[in-house]
Amino acid sequence: MNRIVEKEFFSENVVKLVVEAPKIAKARKPGNFIILRVSKEGERIPLTIASADEDKGTITLIAQKVGVSTEKLAKMEVGDSLHDLVGPLGKATEIHKVGTILACGGGVGVAPLLPIVEGYKKAGNRVISVLAARSKDLIILEDEIRKWSDEVIVMTDDGSYGKKGLVTQGAEEIINREKIDECIAIGPAIMMKFTALLTKKYNIPTQASLNSIMVDGTGMCGACRVTVGGKTKFTCVDGPEFDAHQIDFDEMLMRLGGYSEEEKKAYEEFMNRLNLQA
Amino acid sequence: MTTLAEYLKERRDQEWRAELRKKLKGKERTNIPRVKMPEVDPNERVKFQNVEVNLGLSIEQAQREASRCMDCVNPTCIEGCPVQINIPEFVKNIERGEYGQAASNLKLTSALPAVCGRVCPQEKQCEEQCFYTLKLKKEPVAIGYLERFAADWERESGSVSVPECATKNGIKVAAIGSGPSSLSFAGDMIKLGYDVTVFEALHEIGGVLKYGIPEFRLPNATVDEELENLKQMGVKFETNFIVGRTASFDDLEKEGYKGFFVGSGAGLPRFMNIPGENYNGILSSNEYLTRVNLMGAADDKFDTPVLRGKNVAVIGGGNTAMDSVRTAKRLGAERSIIVYRRSRVEMPARVEEVKHAEEEGIEFMNLANPVEYFADENGRVNRMRVQYMELGEPDASGRRRPVPIEGSEKDIDVDLVIVAVGVSPNPLIPACLPDLKVSRWGTIEVGDNMQSSIPVIFAGGDIVRGGATVILAMGDGRNAAQSMHEYLSK
Repeated sequence: MNRIVEKEFFSENVVKLVVEAPKIAKARKPGNFIILRVSKEGERIPLTIASADEDKGTITLIAQKVGVSTEKLAKMEVGDSLHDLVGPLGKATEIHKVGTILACGGGVGVAPLLPIVEGYKKAGNRVISVLAARSKDLIILEDEIRKWSDEVIVMTDDGSYGKKGLVTQGAEEIINREKIDECIAIGPAIMMKFTALLTKKYNIPTQASLNSIMVDGTGMCGACRVTVGGKTKFTCVDGPEFDAHQIDFDEMLMRLGGYSEEEKKAYEEFMNRLNLQA
Repeated sequence: MTTLAEYLKERRDQEWRAELRKKLKGKERTNIPRVKMPEVDPNERVKFQNVEVNLGLSIEQAQREASRCMDCVNPTCIEGCPVQINIPEFVKNIERGEYGQAASNLKLTSALPAVCGRVCPQEKQCEEQCFYTLKLKKEPVAIGYLERFAADWERESGSVSVPECATKNGIKVAAIGSGPSSLSFAGDMIKLGYDVTVFEALHEIGGVLKYGIPEFRLPNATVDEELENLKQMGVKFETNFIVGRTASFDDLEKEGYKGFFVGSGAGLPRFMNIPGENYNGILSSNEYLTRVNLMGAADDKFDTPVLRGKNVAVIGGGNTAMDSVRTAKRLGAERSIIVYRRSRVEMPARVEEVKHAEEEGIEFMNLANPVEYFADENGRVNRMRVQYMELGEPDASGRRRPVPIEGSEKDIDVDLVIVAVGVSPNPLIPACLPDLKVSRWGTIEVGDNMQSSIPVIFAGGDIVRGGATVILAMGDGRNAAQSMHEYLSK
């Protein structure tokens, strides 16, 4: 049983859940993800592991409410158990000592970024993190990122916190200031696309971690396919991280919308039902 | 040790079988026409995803069909069965009205008789080797229908017999994956006295029987009841557990596991790598069937969505293609089309599946192959370009090779395309065992005894074969169980 032992809303739509999963807590590595189901009727939801406590046997997950399934997940309370939880899935991040790392996180993408930042720092790298979101309340895990970064720059679209501007503006400032050896970008697909374009201009090797649509997460369905360097790859078993300069982000953005009509309709029906009950 | 031939003779010499043989003359038996399987009307059944097409034989039909069997001295049918069911014995038990006995006969060597009675390609196995087929050039005894009858009768009777198991030897073994090969392995190992745990990555037990084969061909409840049987025998099941990930092989060895059977299947769907194949609305049969069968996507109560199409094309000519195209029909498609690059004769799907598909109004566009897809402004597929083919010389598979006809391209409107052109082995297990020998196709290499290059690891089913049938996978599971037993008894 995977009991929820802690729950915290970072903002109206972003929730942190700490879940009992001793085996996964022990086995997981930066970059890995899990798949969970809230109920017997539920979808399989892939979520990256933000952190783990091996001693307590727990993992930390961060989810953003975007549809029926994440809405249901956010309604679960401390003491409730997830119906299913499986992992760790996906290839782990290859972490080496390379020098200076630029870590760019957008929105909830900061959650999967955290263990990678920690890993790079522990491997002896200088780590500069750029956290970006629309506004102050959507900046998450800032303290945790600070703990493993030599420097943190916060960017908000509306200027309500840190500097006003996009992640790429913050990143470019750093790139112009000092030599960056590698970059990792995790966040909305559009944010990763523009970060990749920026670092390509400066010839900085860059990894991006993709959040494709998946069903099983074990290579079986192929829903998560993405074109990397002209070849079709499966995000679940070949990724989730790929060379950002090789990813066809436009195709990826298109594929993320593959079920948008079905999802929108289901979400509207779900919210209507909730409103009727209220 | 008695040989199989001696054992079969001994069983055949039982008094009741000798008596039964005398009841009817040979001519009287061979003059009985083969039974027809009662089916739900095609116009009715296409309205439901979960209504089984075949209804099963009545007691009268089953007994009459069973009496066609000549109870041959040399039962060639058994040679056609990968799990070597004692076919004449179970058939004769049906003829004399001992249906529970018949079910016990099946369970001696098959962990999943109700499943096999429904999805085995009998026409290429036992029934192909039947005396009627070989010598009389007549329609074979309907062994598959009778198998299903016996298994169903026992289940519905409410008194399900549990096969006898040897005294527990306390040795822990693991089966990885919970599809037919692992279940067959588990069934045999538990009978031999081992402590067996089956590990499954998904949230449901059954592998392809659950995520792949639709309910109109194999109801999930039927699979569950066979699984219940294995649980009664003492097999333990762990879902949401990926061996090599959730815990490593080393971890499990430390927990006391002495042998591993890898039956992780051919998970990875193949695509054709043609332009436009990554547009939305083009998906693998694995994805399509998993959404519907495992995730319940056709039912509003479940949260997982599935794309519905008006004009659905399914690429391929195997059972999975038939399952997909018939599912699309049931989910409301106006046109459901099989697009297959060879002709009807070369189609690998079971004869029965093709027949059922035709009855249900499935269109067949044979000798045609997609070469490119086109999409609307949102990236959803709306058109498919096919190229027509003609048959050339036979290829390595012995089937005539399809050769493209230049300039024969034609566009057809489609809004959903399901690619069912085969699967590759699941890479998860080989990826976490660097010492494991795999072929260049990614299948695990094993000897005749199903043992891999790592002595404690045995493997079978699609992870070894690359894509085969339920029953061949089950045969591998049995074979591996016997070999692992010998290996662990040394």
